[in-house]
Amino acid sequence: MLTKKECVAMLLAGGQGSRLYALTSNIAKPAVSFGAKYRIIDFPLSNCINSGIDTVGVLTQYQPLILNEYIGNGQPWDLDRTFGGVHILSPYEAKKDTSWYKGTANAIYQNIRFMKMYDPEYVLILSGDHIYKMDYDKMLAAHKQSKADCTIACMEVPLSEASRFGILNTNPDGTIYEFEEKPVNPKSNLASMGIYIFTASKLFKYLELDEADPKSEKDFGKNVLPAMLNAGEKMVSYRFEGYWKDVGTISSLWEANMDLLGVVPNFELRDENNIVHSRSPLAPPAFVEGEVINSLVATGGEIEGKIVNSVIGTNCVIEEGAEVIDCVLMGNIVVKAGAKLNYAIIDEDVTIGENAEVGLPRKEACDAKSKTNGITVLGRGISVKKNGKIPAGEIVDYNV
Amino acid sequence: MASTVGVIFSSLNEQNVPELTKLRSIGSVPFGGRYRLVDFALSSMVNSGITTVGMLAKNNYQSLMDHLGSGKYWDLARKEGGLILLPPYNGETETLYKNRLEALKSATGFLKKAKEDFVVIADSDSVYKLDYSKVIDFHIKKNADITMVYHEHVTKKSHYYITFETNKTGRITELEINPVTDGVRKNYINVMVARRSFILGLVQNAIQYGYTSFGRDILSPSVKSLKLYGYKLDGYYQNIDSLVSYFAANMDLLNKNIRNEIFGGRDIYTKVNDSAPAKFTETAKVKNSLIADGCLIEGTVENSILFRGVKVGKGSVVKNCIIMSDDIIGENCNLAYIISDKDSVIRDNRVLAGCEIQPFFINKGTLI
Repeated sequence: MLTKKECVAMLLAGGQGSRLYALTSNIAKPAVSFGAKYRIIDFPLSNCINSGIDTVGVLTQYQPLILNEYIGNGQPWDLDRTFGGVHILSPYEAKKDTSWYKGTANAIYQNIRFMKMYDPEYVLILSGDHIYKMDYDKMLAAHKQSKADCTIACMEVPLSEASRFGILNTNPDGTIYEFEEKPVNPKSNLASMGIYIFTASKLFKYLELDEADPKSEKDFGKNVLPAMLNAGEKMVSYRFEGYWKDVGTISSLWEANMDLLGVVPNFELRDENNIVHSRSPLAPPAFVEGEVINSLVATGGEIEGKIVNSVIGTNCVIEEGAEVIDCVLMGNIVVKAGAKLNYAIIDEDVTIGENAEVGLPRKEACDAKSKTNGITVLGRGISVKKNGKIPAGEIVDYNV
Repeated sequence: MASTVGVIFSSLNEQNVPELTKLRSIGSVPFGGRYRLVDFALSSMVNSGITTVGMLAKNNYQSLMDHLGSGKYWDLARKEGGLILLPPYNGETETLYKNRLEALKSATGFLKKAKEDFVVIADSDSVYKLDYSKVIDFHIKKNADITMVYHEHVTKKSHYYITFETNKTGRITELEINPVTDGVRKNYINVMVARRSFILGLVQNAIQYGYTSFGRDILSPSVKSLKLYGYKLDGYYQNIDSLVSYFAANMDLLNKNIRNEIFGGRDIYTKVNDSAPAKFTETAKVKNSLIADGCLIEGTVENSILFRGVKVGKGSVVKNCIIMSDDIIGENCNLAYIISDKDSVIRDNRVLAGCEIQPFFINKGTLI
């Protein structure tokens, strides 16, 4: 019988994602819908299985119901295994104390026993809020080759945006000499992608040290990585070139959806050799009668209206005379006849009444002062009444 | 529901649509953009609460097995029962079964092992939804020996067909095989319900007397001696007994009412492929069509069914067509009344047309 896995992945999926506002009112960020038929967590999970990693712990905390239901036994990602597979790891009660996950490092610390069940050589730490395709196996090979204790995936970002990220300052050979979490004056534009491979024994050691430190915030970026660096452990950067997007804000989520459009999109989902798996719904193919231009339409749709530059999720009904322009519609949405939707993100199970108007055309909406850059956001399950009007940039979490 | 086991014939009546069944069982003929014909009978069984289904296969059942897998998409991957493939079993004879009765003989092992009281036996060449549990309730209430499900329509002159008459109580009073008729009749849809022990007895008897035809040797002579009852299937029913009816049944799905009737409940199960959502480009023009996941539409598509992963190039016009999975249609093509089987490639500038009563069929994997 197998008793060992070379590499175990730990996926941090407990965050609230407060900058997605209404979209994460009652679901965890990794469970937010993306790209018509996916949820954000499909990307790291698919990357795992496509990279040959078949043991994944998913750490949940904030509003885990839909996430747990979605992951189920892991079958959609071929992660239903007799040894390994996907496991939901929620905070638990112990004899000594009961505690919620108090930070990324603490969350992993509390699941050291889970990892040790598989006696891994390496542990891959992932987060559940990025859209990208990456072969973790290549990164693991680089980690082994460099004999690093920790390898951090990174990519170049515009220097002007560098202060939003954890920044790696590296030597020419790629080793890291300094790690700065969201620096005011960044010295480089190499941003950490929040993807780490640790040699397991080192990870366990530094997690235990960090846990014992009362001053620590129990965070990888702020505490564990700097502590390892200070102790002289070998930390190496791993450069990733390709599409990677943090979809932690309304505008970045909208942009990432738009990146899927076009004959040659910024981010290509149609790739037979690198399939993004998801819990595909049981619905017939989309019925299309109206005008659909430069858009994605998922299965189960009944499209009789006009759709332009939009991403339409599963089982959406767009009635005759309705217009959906520059929008992201997540799933099970009904847009009644004559309704006009512009520059908006509409969460699942929303109904838009007849002739209602949601948002403003993108050019006008961008001028609207709002925390979403003019994107109108409708939260899960709400209804907009007949002839209702929702101004550009509003975030609506209740029936209107 | 009374405990019931299902038996599905996945490869009877294949001779009716030789084009589509050259390389596959009738049950695995692609249908409706993402389904296979067997999905309808199988999903109906699952939705009726049946958890053990024997799937009789004959030849060329590779694509059927690929489709069904462990049965997990029908929730039939189980420790107890579940989906059980019954490959050809020729026992003491040297040949594969040639008809329904011989096929049923090869399922006796499965039926003997089953513990359920009742059995539903269905073909897989038709599109319909039926709650078999209601048929069983009817069967019990009537204390019938065999309940035969029928649909009322103008009889189509297929290769082999059975019609019957019933009295007020539903008992079959007259049963005809291949009658010459033009009107609306009660057409047997090859779905029957009986006690498992009764079917086993019939088969044993048939072996003893050397019967070869279920209809001619068993049903027809027994109208008086056996309690045969007819159960009416209300609602949509289409038997795929020719390329024309295959075409028509697919096109029926463009009718909103029929689409809702069959798929509205989202309970026709099928194998899931993780294709990306369908993509429509700046030049796409689509009207009255079903577009499955994975399609890339750059041209014009009207009154058509596009299966998963179909590409329609710029400037191409596809009208009244059924285009199966992963077909590639180049640029500036003009297609009308085409049924194109999987994995075919139609090169730029091709003009191909059939007509409604004679759709033009393109074999799997053809390059035109």
